[in-house]
Amino acid sequence: MKISPEEVAKVARLARLDLSLEKISQYAGQLDGILAYMDKLGELDTSAVEPMYTPVDQVSVMRDDVSRKEFSREDILKNAPETDGSFFIVPRIV
Amino acid sequence: MPHLTQLTLSQVRQQLADASLSASEVAEAALARIQATEPKVQALLSVQAEEARAQAKALDSSGPDPSKPLWGVPLVVKDVLATKGVPTTCGSKILENFRPVYDATAVARLKDAGAIILAKANMDEFAMGSTTENSAYFATRNPWDLERVPGGSSGGSGATVAACQCYGALGTDTGGSIRLPASFCGIVGLKPTYGRVSRFGMVAYGSSLDQIGPMTRSVEDAARLLAVIAGHDERDSTSVNAPVPDYVAALSERTDLQGLTIGLPAEYWDQGLSPEVAEACAAAVQQSEALGAKTVPVNLKLSEYAIAAYYIIAVAEASSNLARFDGVRYGLRDKSAEVLMEIYVKSRTQGFGEEVQRRIILGTYVLSSGYYDAYYRKAAQVRRLIRQDFEAALGQCDVIMGPVCPTTAFKVGEMTADPLQMYLMDIFTISTNLAGLPGMSLPVGLGRDSGMPVGLQLTGRAFDEARLLQVAGVLEKNVPATGLAKV
Repeated sequence: MKISPEEVAKVARLARLDLSLEKISQYAGQLDGILAYMDKLGELDTSAVEPMYTPVDQVSVMRDDVSRKEFSREDILKNAPETDGSFFIVPRIV
Repeated sequence: MPHLTQLTLSQVRQQLADASLSASEVAEAALARIQATEPKVQALLSVQAEEARAQAKALDSSGPDPSKPLWGVPLVVKDVLATKGVPTTCGSKILENFRPVYDATAVARLKDAGAIILAKANMDEFAMGSTTENSAYFATRNPWDLERVPGGSSGGSGATVAACQCYGALGTDTGGSIRLPASFCGIVGLKPTYGRVSRFGMVAYGSSLDQIGPMTRSVEDAARLLAVIAGHDERDSTSVNAPVPDYVAALSERTDLQGLTIGLPAEYWDQGLSPEVAEACAAAVQQSEALGAKTVPVNLKLSEYAIAAYYIIAVAEASSNLARFDGVRYGLRDKSAEVLMEIYVKSRTQGFGEEVQRRIILGTYVLSSGYYDAYYRKAAQVRRLIRQDFEAALGQCDVIMGPVCPTTAFKVGEMTADPLQMYLMDIFTISTNLAGLPGMSLPVGLGRDSGMPVGLQLTGRAFDEARLLQVAGVLEKNVPATGLAKV
């Protein structure tokens, strides 16, 4: 078995998802099949291959460090689930 | 004579430009068509009817503007693209009430070109799916046969164009999400080279794979939309600062395929194709030869590894990109949460659908300590080999041809049970995204058995969209006409 229900539960916690026992066992079965399929890559010898993380060979793009203000505070807070008009509000954490 | 809504984008823009049609007439016709067909097709998540009417009226009061290549043309954009003040849900409940305060660069460029954004198109949630059945809202139907899927993830964009609700749409393509619905819906779809179109304002799924592109009823229409959205954007550091050719002018440079070499990869032609897809695509290749092209066999030996590499990379990037949905700054927040951690966990668990959760978990797993090298790094190495495979093949030919998908559009509900089976539908399209190359779907007729459209895939060298458009433009006039869906 590639991935156990316990590992699925652990990874779900890391990803901030709360899964029912039923979902955990369903995902574990499905992910196990998918990971087994992915093992196919092991057939290829890639020891001398540089990983390719993006198709664009680009160096960091530099620009002048100039501040720009394109949006008002009001605009940015428009989609906030909870706000006091100045800040995003979350429950007290300290 | 075709109905106003059945004109191509190129035709309607001409009539708008010479004032034989007003922007309001065209917009009203499109809105009426939406009203008549939308209950059956369900391509759209929201329709901006009043805004469209107001914009059309304003355009008409100032008159046609020759500096605006899409003056008065009603278009639809996939709901993964930020549109200012308008719902942008990504087909997810987690963004049900999200209204961006800015436009994606591609959307801004359409607006600057005079286009009217009519509506936002349905999609698989966060572009994760191949049928548009994974939308959190409803499944879109194929206008050719309402019992069948339109393909995905840009299925709403494909269906709205095929149903003549608009004159063109933007889709996005991470592993085939423009080309597959274009193929299933009998329209033209173009995934540009990675870096050709700015991704700014596109809600990211797989950042190193995603591209925005046109979905239209003709090749010329696709050229016109690409011309508007292509080009460098300082807001996207992966958009490439390279000149944008005149794609429309390039089309008139060719009437045949003399001097061109077409590569036919055995890996795409030899196995698993439904007979009707093989037949229609092979006929298009024969037609290419009759038009003067030479064909050569090429090898894409690593094709069989592409799905595994792709799904590791895509889900890894997705798990990272989707970490931003935390119920704090925008999107759904579970009201019962009492502490900060509960806000994250409950909002995400409630807001994300099943396929999205599955991919987040898989992505988190392949990036986690102890597995990173075995999965993510390994997949990135295979990705380089796949690109080298394509570079070698495209050294022997100008364009690679193959089918977009082994089958025509299948029935609603047929593929949803097994996620791996669904991933395998992307077999011919995902390599192009891994390699970052441009790919196109061209309708080449109706399948003999299903009567559904068949798409031929053209893949080209990086930044060589003009050649893809040229070849597709010539073929379009010489393959059996696909016609319009009768919805």
